[in-house]
Amino acid sequence: MMQFGSIASIFSDPYMTSILLRAVTVGVLVSLCASLLGVTLVLKRYSMIGDGLSHVGFGALAIATALNLGSASMAVSLPIVLIAAFLLMGLTEKRRMAGDAAIAVLSTGAIAIGTLLFRFSKNQYADICNSLFGTASMSTLSGLDLVVTVAVSVLVLGLFVLFYTRIFTVTFDETFAKATGVRVNVYHLLLAGLTAVTVVIGMKMVGAIMVSGLIIFPALSAMRVCKRFSAVVLTSAALSLVCFFAGFFLSLLLDAQPGPAIITVHVLAFLVCWLIGAVRARVRTNRSRRIVVEPPCKFTE
Amino acid sequence: MALLTFERVGLSYGGDNVAHDVSFSVNGGEFWGIVGENGSGKTTLMKALLGLIPCASGRIVMGEGLKPNEIGYLPQSSAIQKDFPASVYEVVLSGTIGYRGLRPFYGRKERELAERNMELLGVSELKKHSYQELSGGQQQRVLLCRALCATKKLLVLDEPTTGLDPVVTGEFYRLLHTINERGMTIVMVSHDVEEAVRDCSHILHLSCHPLFCGTAADYRKSPVGRKYLAEETL
Repeated sequence: MMQFGSIASIFSDPYMTSILLRAVTVGVLVSLCASLLGVTLVLKRYSMIGDGLSHVGFGALAIATALNLGSASMAVSLPIVLIAAFLLMGLTEKRRMAGDAAIAVLSTGAIAIGTLLFRFSKNQYADICNSLFGTASMSTLSGLDLVVTVAVSVLVLGLFVLFYTRIFTVTFDETFAKATGVRVNVYHLLLAGLTAVTVVIGMKMVGAIMVSGLIIFPALSAMRVCKRFSAVVLTSAALSLVCFFAGFFLSLLLDAQPGPAIITVHVLAFLVCWLIGAVRARVRTNRSRRIVVEPPCKFTE
Repeated sequence: MALLTFERVGLSYGGDNVAHDVSFSVNGGEFWGIVGENGSGKTTLMKALLGLIPCASGRIVMGEGLKPNEIGYLPQSSAIQKDFPASVYEVVLSGTIGYRGLRPFYGRKERELAERNMELLGVSELKKHSYQELSGGQQQRVLLCRALCATKKLLVLDEPTTGLDPVVTGEFYRLLHTINERGMTIVMVSHDVEEAVRDCSHILHLSCHPLFCGTAADYRKSPVGRKYLAEETL
């Protein structure tokens, strides 16, 4: 276990500080993107899409490693995961296949192919471990990774803000949106695309297995305590940032991988929000019970 | 020219023909009830009117400057909405989305329209409430309010009183009459013939093709109307 002294030494070392800065930049951007998209995905019952795509991402990483393109892995995984996302949306939209079945087929297939392909890497088990559970220290982020992550997240955040009101309308009521001339299919594809790229950039940080947690947890937690869409979106983003910093610090403290630490904090945050929501609901029903006067006489004969 | 004209419209759903030879026209200010049993094609007809599905044959002509995306639609509530975190204001405001064009956010005009319609339907005091915590009747009012925001001329309602108790249903119809008297044309799909005949000015009775098409008063006297109304009261 790392001591506080060694954390202090990280901050005093200029090389380590630059690595930390990189990790925090990526972490903040990924957390924001994932938490915003998560609200819509959870509400539209698309939670599993992020999960399915992350497994495809694992397969894509395997391909990159097999081709010896480790440092440019994002350039390989981005198009692959994007194609998988559009395929998934297309399949379910045209009802060629049930959504959950399509996701199961895609994820298990990608995991199988990916694991086989990792046979071709020099240090097979370390690579598999890193792809699944996130990089050990986030120090393996290449300069290209950083550039891609920043570019992609600015795009995701920008599009989310620009289309915020339309995303709300489509999420709340697809049929109504269609009837008022909103091109719903375009928004589904946009949503799938944004989710795909978020999964790819998030995978570096927390690993393929846990990246969907980054998408789903903040939204779920926010929904426990907020009842307005705008409030849910803002709370989700704020929670995601808080959990990232807490988890990242925890990982430094325990000398552990950041991915599991961040997601563990998310689990704790969810439990706290759930508790707050439950207590509030209890208080509300008690209050309304006090207001309600005696119910009218029951039917007696 | 009529607001809405169906010219020998034929409809298919999933490869099956569900309606054929449907011709009728709706004039401004009328209140139409489309009735018929399950599978009579009334829901499919409504979807075609909204432009959600294409007509298999014939055509639907819109007059008086009505545009396909300027129809206020009140759909049946979906499962997603039961636990959707949204305030009443957010839901109502989303009705104005068709007017916005390419602008990304709502402007003052849209906000004022939303406020005015909330006032009209008496949901202003619920503005900041959470949609999921409202009663069924209140939710339906809010969705009606959203539909009003989406249109200036035509409201299309899909079984709007399903699941509401008789008192709330009565209130809802009074609200519809108020809106109708202000000049709004209404087309309502309903499985409840009795209710439709009592509240609508015109009736279209579908059973894959129109069995009756005309005023509600004539429907009462017609053989079809007498048969169905008698069956309902049995």
